Amino acid sequence: MAETERGLVLDGLTISLHGRKLVELSLGIAPGEVVAVMGPSGSGKSTLLAAICGTLDPAFELSGEIRLDGRRIEALPPEARRVGILFQDDLLFPHLSVGGNLGFGLPASLKGRAARRARIEEALRAADLGGLADRDPETLSGGQRARISLLRALLCEPRALLLDEPFSRLDTELRARFRGFVLDELHKRRLPGLLATHDPVEAALLDAEPIRLGSLGPRASSPAL
Amino acid sequence: MRQGRHLVLRIGVLLTLIVLVSPIIAGLGGTLLPAFGYWPALGGLALTLAPWRELWALPGLARSVEVSLFVGFATTILSLGSVVMLMAAFMGTRGFALVRRLLSPLLSVPHVALAFGLAFTIAPSGLVFRVISPWATGYTQPPDILIVNDPYGLSLTVGLVVKEIAFLFLTTLAALPQADALRSFAVARSLGYRRVAAFVKVVMPRLYPQLRLPVLAVLAYGLSVVDVALLLGPTTPPTLAVAVLRLANDPDLAQHFVASAGAVLQLGLVLFGIMVWLGLERLVATASRHWMVAGGRECAEAALRAGAMGLAGLIALLVLAAFISLVLWSIASAWRFPDLWPEAISPAIWRAELADALPLISRTLAVGAGAVAAALLLTLACLENETRRGLRPTRALNLLYVPLIAPQITFLAGTTSLMIALHLDGNGLAVTLAHLVFVLPYVFLSLSGPWRAHDPRFRITALLLGASAWRAFFAVRLPMMSSAILVAAAVGFAVSVGQYLPTLLVGAGRFTTVTTEAVALASGGDRRVIGVYALLQAALPFLGFSLALMLPAFAFRHRKGLRDG
Repeated sequence: MAETERGLVLDGLTISLHGRKLVELSLGIAPGEVVAVMGPSGSGKSTLLAAICGTLDPAFELSGEIRLDGRRIEALPPEARRVGILFQDDLLFPHLSVGGNLGFGLPASLKGRAARRARIEEALRAADLGGLADRDPETLSGGQRARISLLRALLCEPRALLLDEPFSRLDTELRARFRGFVLDELHKRRLPGLLATHDPVEAALLDAEPIRLGSLGPRASSPAL
Repeated sequence: MRQGRHLVLRIGVLLTLIVLVSPIIAGLGGTLLPAFGYWPALGGLALTLAPWRELWALPGLARSVEVSLFVGFATTILSLGSVVMLMAAFMGTRGFALVRRLLSPLLSVPHVALAFGLAFTIAPSGLVFRVISPWATGYTQPPDILIVNDPYGLSLTVGLVVKEIAFLFLTTLAALPQADALRSFAVARSLGYRRVAAFVKVVMPRLYPQLRLPVLAVLAYGLSVVDVALLLGPTTPPTLAVAVLRLANDPDLAQHFVASAGAVLQLGLVLFGIMVWLGLERLVATASRHWMVAGGRECAEAALRAGAMGLAGLIALLVLAAFISLVLWSIASAWRFPDLWPEAISPAIWRAELADALPLISRTLAVGAGAVAAALLLTLACLENETRRGLRPTRALNLLYVPLIAPQITFLAGTTSLMIALHLDGNGLAVTLAHLVFVLPYVFLSLSGPWRAHDPRFRITALLLGASAWRAFFAVRLPMMSSAILVAAAVGFAVSVGQYLPTLLVGAGRFTTVTTEAVALASGGDRRVIGVYALLQAALPFLGFSLALMLPAFAFRHRKGLRDG
């Protein structure tokens, strides 16, 4: 394996349940590139994402390699993998303010209350969300919440971002705007992205050819996460 | 590599199992052996049937068993029937919220406090007779009739039914979503079925499997209750559980063998009751199979709905009257029959009794706090262990129901024998541990639903933001679950406050709480003092629930997402 290998690489990855293969895949995603993974409900999209995150239900068996920027991560606990994820729902922590949510994502290596606060304010301003740090997430619009959940993931400085149908809950106009925002950020930050989606139109917007799951027979019946 | 991280949690799971299983084993050993004459500490060195012969020879034993069976089955049938009636009549109506609001606080009222209030209400010198005397009855003296402590166990049954209706009603409410009740109900209504018919024919068959264990718990409780039976139940002879308690408290230690035989008989009675109930279930299911699909769209609609409204009103009135009676007696300096109102009221009794009660209150609080804290730690360890290891709820958790169904007197008698043998009885720690056995299941059952229903993606999000498993637990899961945790704590605290028998037996009579004192006062009969203690006993769980509701509302007053969800 090349030491200079960048991006997210799945090398002979197979996920099985009770000895039945659900996903079998080799794939490389370059920095700044976003690949769509498509398939009907239950085809293993979320299971694949969970395998990459390290949150796969122990009932599944996993083999093969997952490498991120040349580093093998498949045996690491989720918090050490440096993989971010956005779900269908924004999942902002309801007991924390907007600033608290972003602070949760910010690495502990950034010391000092003022410095952390400044970093949060700066991120909010850059996303046209300036002045919202002390707000209760519940009082914001769906679009604002979606962007904050992306900011939270990015402030954690991930090396890859997984997108588990994060656009499907938004209405059409908002969806296009938020999708643009997410793809721009990934591109700007040179992060590899993997987008799970139902929507062929959405998949077609990306440069890379979508991966299709669901050809390996019977569906996974247990929840992936 | 990751096994070590779960070590603390695994120890928690192990301790939970020990808490649930050890009293059963101790109980079996410590009750079964003496029941057959073997208990070296008391000089019983050989297995013999003598304790059983003495038990059979006890005057009134058959009658005790009969009354216990009557009370157990009458309580279960009446409370379940009432809940079905209330549900059928009110589900999906505006009155439903009202019924729910009336019954919810009732769950936090301890059995003992309610029993005293009821006794003060229905006794010949109680509120009911005062309201109707002398103008309707002609009584100027309390009539000489035995209402409380009646030989048939009727007032005991009423006292239990009022409380168990609240328990079963709220359990049913919690089970409705899983049974997809509202939609099934709507479908049946659209097929022309009227309310009661729709509920009984469509909703009930799907709901009942989830109610089976709570219903069996009500049955077992009714068959073996001690504290309420001491206050409202028959006296000569008493119910079986009370008869066993009398034997266990007999200063003649030889009676301990007979008491153990009685405790085993009590267990047999509960097991027999459960078998009969399960048989009845089958019978009802078979008998109604054709009736379900015979097309009848009505089921005594008007009568049952009127009955439900009357019942809801009657319960509300009884509870209100019970509460008023307790308050009035606690402040009355003199209250002659048939006056509706005391001649003079003063806070003197409160002032005098509070000073004496303070040590009891602090002991009750300490034991409750200790048992709840331990129960919460164990419950959280089990649930977090499930979360981290991706486990489904295991069968082992059915053990949780054992302390709820096994009669207290059976395994407490054994546990106490063992504790005496080990010189562990009579102190606060022992009492707290005994409370833990009964607090743990309620805390677990109350918290596990909300915990398992919590969106797992919050935890995953926290982990992927770099948080360790422990940080995800402490900084995300715990605060988000704080309301549910506090409600579980309040439920557990209410259970602890209500414990009479474990406190009495394991405390060896030397460790008193508000509850043991209240029950002990019953024989003294000063209603003013009883009023004070019953109100204190009811106030403690009420305070617990109030705190559980107010603390998160205050702490998260700027967090709409937590207040509404």
